[in-house]
Amino acid sequence: MSGHSTYEPKTGIERWLDTRLPIVRFMKDTAIDFPTPKNLNYWWTFGGILALMLGIQLVTGIVLAMHYVPHVDHAFASVERIMRDVNYGWLLRYMHANGASMFFLAVYIHMIRNLYYGSYKAPREVLWIIGCLIYLAMMATAFIGYVLPWGQMSFHGAVVITNLFGALPIVGEPITTWLWGGFAVDNPTLNRFFSLHYLLPFVIAGLVVLHIWALHVPGNNNPTGVNVKSEADTVPFHPYYTVKDGFAIAVFLLLYASFVFYNPNVLGHADNYVPANPLVTPAHIVPEWYFLPFYAILRAVPDKLGGVLLMFGAIATLFVLPWLDTSKVRSMRYRPTARLYFFIFVLAALVLGYCGAKLPDDPVIGAATGLMLLDADINSFVWLSRLATLYFFAYFWVILPVLGLTETPLPVPESISEPVLSHPASTPAGAAASPEKRG
Amino acid sequence: MLRKGIALAALGLALIAAPAAQAATGHAVMKHVSWSFDGPFGKYDTAQLQRGYKIYREVCSACHSMELVSFRNLGEKGGPFYDPKYPNPNDNPYVKALAKDIQVPDIDSETGDVVQRPAVPADRFPKPYPNAAAAAAGNGGAIPPDLSVIAKGRTGGPDYIYSLLTGYKAPPAGLTVNPGQNYNVSMPGDVSGQWTGDHHKVPPGGFLAMPPQLADGKVTYDDGTPSTVDQQAKDVAAFLMWAAEPKMMARKQFGFGAMIYLALFTALLYFSYRRVWRNVAH
Amino acid sequence: MADTVVGATPDPHAPGDDPSRRDFIHIAAGAAAVGAVAALAWPLVDQMNPAGDTLALASIEFDLGKVVDGQQVVLKWRGKPLFVRKRTAAEIAAAVKDDNASNLRDPATDSSRHKPGKPEWLVLVGTCTHLGCVPTFGGGDYGGWFCPCHGSHYDTSGRIRKGPAPKNLEVPDWAFLSDTQIKIG
Repeated sequence: MSGHSTYEPKTGIERWLDTRLPIVRFMKDTAIDFPTPKNLNYWWTFGGILALMLGIQLVTGIVLAMHYVPHVDHAFASVERIMRDVNYGWLLRYMHANGASMFFLAVYIHMIRNLYYGSYKAPREVLWIIGCLIYLAMMATAFIGYVLPWGQMSFHGAVVITNLFGALPIVGEPITTWLWGGFAVDNPTLNRFFSLHYLLPFVIAGLVVLHIWALHVPGNNNPTGVNVKSEADTVPFHPYYTVKDGFAIAVFLLLYASFVFYNPNVLGHADNYVPANPLVTPAHIVPEWYFLPFYAILRAVPDKLGGVLLMFGAIATLFVLPWLDTSKVRSMRYRPTARLYFFIFVLAALVLGYCGAKLPDDPVIGAATGLMLLDADINSFVWLSRLATLYFFAYFWVILPVLGLTETPLPVPESISEPVLSHPASTPAGAAASPEKRG
Repeated sequence: MLRKGIALAALGLALIAAPAAQAATGHAVMKHVSWSFDGPFGKYDTAQLQRGYKIYREVCSACHSMELVSFRNLGEKGGPFYDPKYPNPNDNPYVKALAKDIQVPDIDSETGDVVQRPAVPADRFPKPYPNAAAAAAGNGGAIPPDLSVIAKGRTGGPDYIYSLLTGYKAPPAGLTVNPGQNYNVSMPGDVSGQWTGDHHKVPPGGFLAMPPQLADGKVTYDDGTPSTVDQQAKDVAAFLMWAAEPKMMARKQFGFGAMIYLALFTALLYFSYRRVWRNVAH
Repeated sequence: MADTVVGATPDPHAPGDDPSRRDFIHIAAGAAAVGAVAALAWPLVDQMNPAGDTLALASIEFDLGKVVDGQQVVLKWRGKPLFVRKRTAAEIAAAVKDDNASNLRDPATDSSRHKPGKPEWLVLVGTCTHLGCVPTFGGGDYGGWFCPCHGSHYDTSGRIRKGPAPKNLEVPDWAFLSDTQIKIG
């Protein structure tokens, strides 16, 4: 895609630099002139939004680390000192805490867009896998970051999640002890979590560089899923997508700011404003909202090892997705049957999230029926999450492989420009110099 | 349309998931108060905070610490005794006078003995008990929680504090209250273990170790506000909300500017975007 | 735009275009972006300034009642030593005598360095004005302070007389609250 470079150094200094470190050429080719399909919709703006969120998290995080004390006796008070005494500390901490939620919101939309438009398919498998690695690193970072304020949820969340590794046969117990640096989550655990929480974001940043590199080799997918055929199908990244991404970022920032300034604690848990107490567990342990679907999968299985394996299996499935989907057509625009299953999948994921926030034995609608199926009432969140979990896995391992071979897709356009031209409504009036007719 | 619906649903999940997660703590009565600090333009009521401080000082502080709050905080912007004449709360004579009335422990620099001296604005509120064991021993085994961030550390915040303080009711017939326990309709918990009546009609609330503390006229308000239990509960809840979130007014003010700026920025970018794309069929 | 993508690049001067408006919108959007970054930069910078609890300790009060003639008390103020010295009559006389000495690098009269009518009380920031070491009393050639790091000599008024330091020992903002109570900062 990014064939030959169009950069022409103009001044002597630029020429001098270009023969030694062609960084200006690189930036111009990758961030300015990069040919981008001209039909990308707003779902494609979340890449830029994610880059910004990573930047915000890094900057606010580095600054918060100047005031935070990673010690069990001081962690809670140091966070409160940030909120009370440090200049603009409340702003920085609320930006960081809500920024994590916004980061996950954006990444989930980014992934759902990817699933819908088949962006993970050849030749973008590596791009997708790097994305999955970023997601994995994000989850690790968010989890250990939530431990740092050393509130009740921090502590008991850390206990529960680190105990997951204890489910592994033989190596389980040594691994948990090794993670803790003791016989329970304690000061050594907090200390290493702080170190890792500082390290992992830079790992993410490195993976993002690889992600963008892997994006720039095949170029962007697009809503039609059709490969770019000619230069008429593309526009240069700047100014077309810088301004479009910029607009989307501004809208996203409005949402983000409304949380930071007017509802900063709504996404958190009241229990995390209670200092950690290893002797008392809060009545209702739940992870942050972005982990709830996985939490529901974990609890859907009445066996410790089974639950852990299934939960990690849900993430592992994502890595092999490019080889599970057998369809030749990328975009679900032209796969009406698959689209239906896709929407049910999104619904199942949301249902899993909802189940994760509820007590497993609580009834879903009205009162319990009294009808027991195996170990639980038939009208309970545990059975709803089992149903949704079943669909979650079936979608990837059964529906996508089978559907690709059996369905009849709609006719796919010849090129990106074709559906655009046959769609008069989207052609602005007075666009006499339509670029397709030139060049 | 469907895709938009999914986006909204995802957003909705983000918005509801956390409160939904907290809602399942059993049924306790939560009374909702209309606070002066509600909403995007809400402000703390200074007079109310002053009354609330008096309740804390004269009633609560006998058992409850507020380790994260210093006397100087009382004179900071947005605080109960803020005076624009004294931007540095350490100089605020009212805060100094309030601090001076309270004794705090210190070390005598010549003898090394533990002594008590009058507090200065930089001092934190002193703890009623030297350590957790003493606090437990003095209260029948239940440690009175620190109140510094209690308004954020309990679901419902100030509504919960108000409800709890006004939620002491005579236990209904059939409910056994053990010695050292007090029945409160707003305490999260489960009383079914001590309920001998119809198990479909378990009374709301739970038990706690703290007996009712407020009484009509228990604290004399300097500003002449009638000192009822209801008023006292509201005032101390508002004070505790301020203590938990002292920068709330600064936050909302900053946010107002930030939202307007972002809205204008978004509009500019939108027109810029339309301008750049005007000749591209897409 | 570059040649490779010319096919897709619309003519920036298409008929009916008003370049001035276009420029204004883009420049305004760009300026707003710069403004937003600048507005966020300030909290990021300001957070490194002293925090509320640090500022709360910036002023201290001290009771002079226990200090006897010729005694120096060292307090910790803003993380640095603070000398509170009750000078003897001989020290005051020596300081006043040198008010017009030729080797005063940073000329100041002794009376400008104590409160009016209370020449016995001298309050000084106890860090050498050279590179911040703590001078000791009773050393040096002028009967005052001597800095062991690089050999600066101060007299009994804390004025620099010899050595590399450029300034007299600093007199902080302080005041008598009562006859025996002082406030520094």
